[in-house]
Amino acid sequence: MSRNRLFNPALLPLAVTSLLFVLTFGYGAVAYTGFLSSQVFLNLLIDNAFLVVVAIGMSLVILTGGIDLSVGSIIALVTMVSASLVEHHHWPVYVVVPLCLAIGAGFGALMGCLIHFFQLQPFIVTLGGMFLARGLCYVISIDSIEITDPAYMAIAHHKIMLWGENFISINVVIALAVVALGVFLAHYTRFGRTVYAIGGNERSAVLMGLPVGRTKILVYTFSGTCSALAGVVVTFYMLSGYGLHAQGMELDAIAAVVIGGTLLTGGVGYVAGSLVGVMILGVIQSLITFDGTLSSWWTRIAVGVLLCAFCLLQRGLEHGGKRQLAAA
Amino acid sequence: MKAETMPQPARFALPAPLQGLTRRRLFWPCATLALLLIINGAFNPNFFSITVKNGHLYGALIDILNRAAPLMLVAVGMTPVIATRGIDISVGAVVAICGAVAASLIGGTLIIQNGTPVYVSQTPMVLALLIALGAGLLCGLWNGALVAGAGMQPIVATLILMVAGRGVAQLITEGQIITVYYEPFFIIGNGFLFGLPVSLYIVAAVALLMLLLVHRTALGLFIEAVGINPVAARFAGLNARRILIMVYAFCGLCAAIAGLIVASNVKSADGNNAGLLMELDAILAVTLGGTSLAGGRFSLAGSLIGALIIQSLTYAIYSLGVPPEINMVVKSVVVLTVCLMQSDSFRATLLQHLRREPR
Repeated sequence: MSRNRLFNPALLPLAVTSLLFVLTFGYGAVAYTGFLSSQVFLNLLIDNAFLVVVAIGMSLVILTGGIDLSVGSIIALVTMVSASLVEHHHWPVYVVVPLCLAIGAGFGALMGCLIHFFQLQPFIVTLGGMFLARGLCYVISIDSIEITDPAYMAIAHHKIMLWGENFISINVVIALAVVALGVFLAHYTRFGRTVYAIGGNERSAVLMGLPVGRTKILVYTFSGTCSALAGVVVTFYMLSGYGLHAQGMELDAIAAVVIGGTLLTGGVGYVAGSLVGVMILGVIQSLITFDGTLSSWWTRIAVGVLLCAFCLLQRGLEHGGKRQLAAA
Repeated sequence: MKAETMPQPARFALPAPLQGLTRRRLFWPCATLALLLIINGAFNPNFFSITVKNGHLYGALIDILNRAAPLMLVAVGMTPVIATRGIDISVGAVVAICGAVAASLIGGTLIIQNGTPVYVSQTPMVLALLIALGAGLLCGLWNGALVAGAGMQPIVATLILMVAGRGVAQLITEGQIITVYYEPFFIIGNGFLFGLPVSLYIVAAVALLMLLLVHRTALGLFIEAVGINPVAARFAGLNARRILIMVYAFCGLCAAIAGLIVASNVKSADGNNAGLLMELDAILAVTLGGTSLAGGRFSLAGSLIGALIIQSLTYAIYSLGVPPEINMVVKSVVVLTVCLMQSDSFRATLLQHLRREPR
């Protein structure tokens, strides 16, 4: 499959994803009038900024071979905490946002510690975290809290004009900054190399003397912080706090990471791929909205089919890789 | 009156070949359940009273058993899956799909028969139920094929159906909540037989069948072997793939039956909300019952008790007057505590390099 050195099999899923994105966007451009405009493309970023932020945190977790199911609930908790503090206690934005990030980081660090020190499965620990965060939302309030704070409104409605009539929101800037940070962390730091090493083979990483425990805890802390930041983004986007916000977001994030070409067993993948993965999910959503005759549940089916196809592709690649190893 | 419900799990445990071990393994789940029942009883004096009304048994205990029925079924299905080191997070979606299939096939049309309006089923009910069960079995086989055939990680393989399944369920119901008007369908979830809810007989039948299969044949041993070391199991001549596919298919079937009970109980099918978060409750029930998520030894009776623990916990939260929203917080604390307890024994194994002692 990869006789020539120029072709890296780890890049194939990413290449397929990028091609798929171009094709689906191209299909939309041909099929629906008004689809081919730069603003439609920018809207993909605006409407999915929070998913991008979550997916970057999730990619690092998945690269270590773990999983974080608590992201959606942490988003909901953050929207709830900020809405409650801003509306009921009139705290200013510059206090609330760092506090929210601290909550997310604390949540992630706690889960990371449980996973590392007690050797619990990431799946079950983050499941517990998911329940806990979702439950805490309802402890704050069962109802949705609307945000009318002027500072929040100003940030939410601020448009950063690019060229012509095209604009992006502050959320997009945050999301792109997180992507840059994620790429930097994963590919240009010692921390990132340890993440890949743990995903490749945790035992080997320990034997090599890498700080496995610290890195694992940090990865979950990073994911928790990303979720909290995504919660802040959602608060700006929706201008409300609600315990039911971001229900099922963890699945979308995992799907985006997988479609973006990261191997679920860990160790292989590119953080930037998750951005493309999110964009594909966004394009599918826009296509279904543009079509108008398709019902919303087709989104879920399409995401499921894509997820399945990419998982099978990954399995095929793993098989190919093993055969190559055996031949060598 | 308390004695009336308690021996039930214990009776399930009896056929086990290793009685002493089983009794010890079931000690903690049983103690937790007893504690919860006592707390319930302390705050609600009428908790243990069971009265006979219209020839049916009524009471809080019967209510807990009845409401726990779908969860018990899903937990029984999930147990062998977890024993093979797998997980099935699609059960909630399968519950929704099967409820939707049954409800849309049965529906109920109003016709006038001998001058009285009667609702008749659109499809013969037995056929509709069989198709719904078949759909569940198909979902299970699909999961099994992805796990055993394609070699995907179980959580990912079942994630696909979890995401797509809700969509499929909504596709079947066309995004609506389908209401069923056909009376005989309600028997499954609301009917009584010899004073006890029909759903309990269904649970008992499925559980007994599985217990017989697991304890009277080598199947239980095979499942544990696959869970402890799949490679060794294959070298020992076991067809690990076939066992995996069977286990997932059984889980799908159990979820389908649970879906029928849920749909019949609420007399409708809701593609969006039926069986929501049920996968988590089922995993929690299995864990509470003493089956380790790391695979290997499993206890069907423990899972049944685990499901009852969750339902009693919910009941206690409601009857204590605590806002029901706290339920999730309590559950999460329970999950983490149980995990830590399991992890202690896990660490003990690592330290002593001796046989492990699951709790």
